Amino acid sequence: MTEIVKGIAAILILFGAFLSLVTAFGLIRLPDVYTRNHAASKSATLGVMSILLGAFLYFWAEHGHFNSRVILGIVFIFMTAPVAGHLISRAAYNNGVALWEKSVQDDLKGKNSQRQIEK
Amino acid sequence: MFEMIVRISLLCISLSMFGLIYRVIKGPSTADRVIALDAMGINLVAIVALISILLDTSAFLEVILLVGILAFIGTVAFSKFIEKGEIIEHDRNR
Repeated sequence: MTEIVKGIAAILILFGAFLSLVTAFGLIRLPDVYTRNHAASKSATLGVMSILLGAFLYFWAEHGHFNSRVILGIVFIFMTAPVAGHLISRAAYNNGVALWEKSVQDDLKGKNSQRQIEK
Repeated sequence: MFEMIVRISLLCISLSMFGLIYRVIKGPSTADRVIALDAMGINLVAIVALISILLDTSAFLEVILLVGILAFIGTVAFSKFIEKGEIIEHDRNR
């Protein structure tokens, strides 16, 4: 039983490390602030959540120690990392950072200029 | 076997930290740098979890929550600074 749970924890940790590498590749190779933000906020969040779940399972299987702080950390990261990504992306857009030149659609274009006039 | 897997994933996360450092140095706008620093904070959480598995102690698990909270607060403060130019607004200043 302990070995099975440790195997599941090992798979989760490897998956999280792979997703972390995917985050780094996305941040290096994507052309635009917004696409980079897409890569960073989603895959980094999921990777860290699976690594923390693996750590929780390891401590549970090895020591019989139900560690609630790791669960709290998972819930906290799941709630806050997308909010941080949204805030940074909105700040970049309102600050006038340009989109990629090949992007087709900018739904906020008129609204943003109106907002600048109101200020 | 399990320890080997943990070491390999620690190596992967360190490589991804190098990629993020590249983006922090090069990134054309400030928002790029803040995004990369936020992802670095989140990766740091994973590093703390893996090192506490390697050392086989649960004493460092508070650090996970602490680093998560600090990374979130720092990102919110930076995005507010980029958007409005000040972090804590004065009420009668409008």
